[in-house]
Amino acid sequence: MNRPSLRLSLWSALAYLFLYAPIAVVVIYSFNAARFGAAWNGFTTHWYAAIWDNPQALSAARNTLLLAGCSTLISTLLGTALAYGWTRFHFPGRRWISGLLHIPIFIPDIVLAVALLLLYSLVSPWLRFFELGLPTMVLAHVTFQIPFVAIVVRARLAGLDPALEEAARDLGASGRQKFRHVTLPLMMPGILAAAMLAFTLSLDDFVVSFFTSGPGSTTLPILIYSSVKRGITPDINALSTLIILASILGTVSVMLLQRKNR
Amino acid sequence: MCGPGLIWLLVFLLVPMLLILSVSFISRGAYGELEWTVTLENYRRLIGFGALGFDPLYPQILLRSLALGATTAFLCLLMGMPLAFFIARLPGRFRAAALLLVVIPFWTSLLIRTYAWQILLAPEGWFGSILRHLGMTELYPGTLAVLIGMVCDFLPFFVLPLYASVEKINWSLAEAAMDLGASQWNVFRHAILPQISPGLTAGLILVFLPATGQFVIPDLLGGAKTVLLGNAIQQQFGQSRDWPFGAAMAVAALALVIAGMWLFYRKSGQKGEWL
Repeated sequence: MNRPSLRLSLWSALAYLFLYAPIAVVVIYSFNAARFGAAWNGFTTHWYAAIWDNPQALSAARNTLLLAGCSTLISTLLGTALAYGWTRFHFPGRRWISGLLHIPIFIPDIVLAVALLLLYSLVSPWLRFFELGLPTMVLAHVTFQIPFVAIVVRARLAGLDPALEEAARDLGASGRQKFRHVTLPLMMPGILAAAMLAFTLSLDDFVVSFFTSGPGSTTLPILIYSSVKRGITPDINALSTLIILASILGTVSVMLLQRKNR
Repeated sequence: MCGPGLIWLLVFLLVPMLLILSVSFISRGAYGELEWTVTLENYRRLIGFGALGFDPLYPQILLRSLALGATTAFLCLLMGMPLAFFIARLPGRFRAAALLLVVIPFWTSLLIRTYAWQILLAPEGWFGSILRHLGMTELYPGTLAVLIGMVCDFLPFFVLPLYASVEKINWSLAEAAMDLGASQWNVFRHAILPQISPGLTAGLILVFLPATGQFVIPDLLGGAKTVLLGNAIQQQFGQSRDWPFGAAMAVAALALVIAGMWLFYRKSGQKGEWL
């Protein structure tokens, strides 16, 4: 197979430019000294310092991390168990799991968001737990995270050498010992990658959060959205740059983890 | 083992969907509350036959969403297909980096990448002024701006599944076709295309479905004339407080998803190995 031609390379460079122009512009403008408008007015790191003096941003950051942390924990546990049972046991209806798991991946965010809003509003008169706020957001995030976790962990499980587990069995390990000392450590890179993806998904989610949040549970994406609606300011760009940075770090570490898998 | 996860999806995914389906068949009270009387009114309104006679507003929104989704998918094909082949042809050590550069935007906030186009397309910015000198005024806010945002945001959704197929191409088939004197187009059409069709279908569906239901991109980059299905749903569940009608629109979006998933399974077998 030959190297890419010049024409193909130029076209691809253009595509990369197109993908990264918006990311670059947010990062660049987060260092712009001008308070308003798109004109460049000199370099400053003032907007990053300003985040620390902005109680709204801090509380949104706290909510975002709390939401991402709790939902990732729950979805990683449930999704990993689901992937394990899915690959290792045969039971009726097993075929349908993959269809069920793909629904949240294909469905437009807004449909899941309004469906959950409807559920919450119908149940909350009876169960106060379902009044809109951080808990309802966690439930919603776990719902779209589980499929991603299950699919990533399953890919890892499917790639494991069955001889390793057989060897543990032959050497007299009980079912539990085998799981604890052989299978689980082998699954670990997949589980970590899945958790990282789940965390990133939660961190970036706007639409589902927007519909399932209540007073006082504003997250960073919701804060960014409502600020952008009023007009883009450099401190919002600074906040966004930090989120972009977190996403990049997450993505790179997932890639590294998955490469270690192979 | 599967139990807890499956029960969770049952309670928080299937039950809400069924609720949406049932609410789409009831009517709304004077204060926006749900009134449990069965009616087809919401669907009648959706296809244009409301209480006040024929009104093309909602059929137009549906058609506009489908058209914009299809255009986005087509533009992603135009831009992403060469990119997938480019990455696959790179020597090993560059390939992982080139792929990572597509994966990063995939996992970066769509909201942020979308509002960034407001800065880029704003007439007073340097990019906006270049566009203005080229005679492209009134680009933003508008349909074209929405399209730019859509293609930029969804390009990775197209490239990643396609790349998974391109990577596995058996190139000796193409060489054999060339040796036998096939034209370039025929080599592509008969030796390459059948091999990448699973990834191609997956990519197109993964762009078309979320694009059709998008709410953030048209909300931030479009004007009053670019209301799409996603915005209409948001409006009914928000300001208008007509949940049954909003639910009927959500059912329309769901019907699209089911059709898309059916096609996806038929064409690409199964699984998201590109994840």
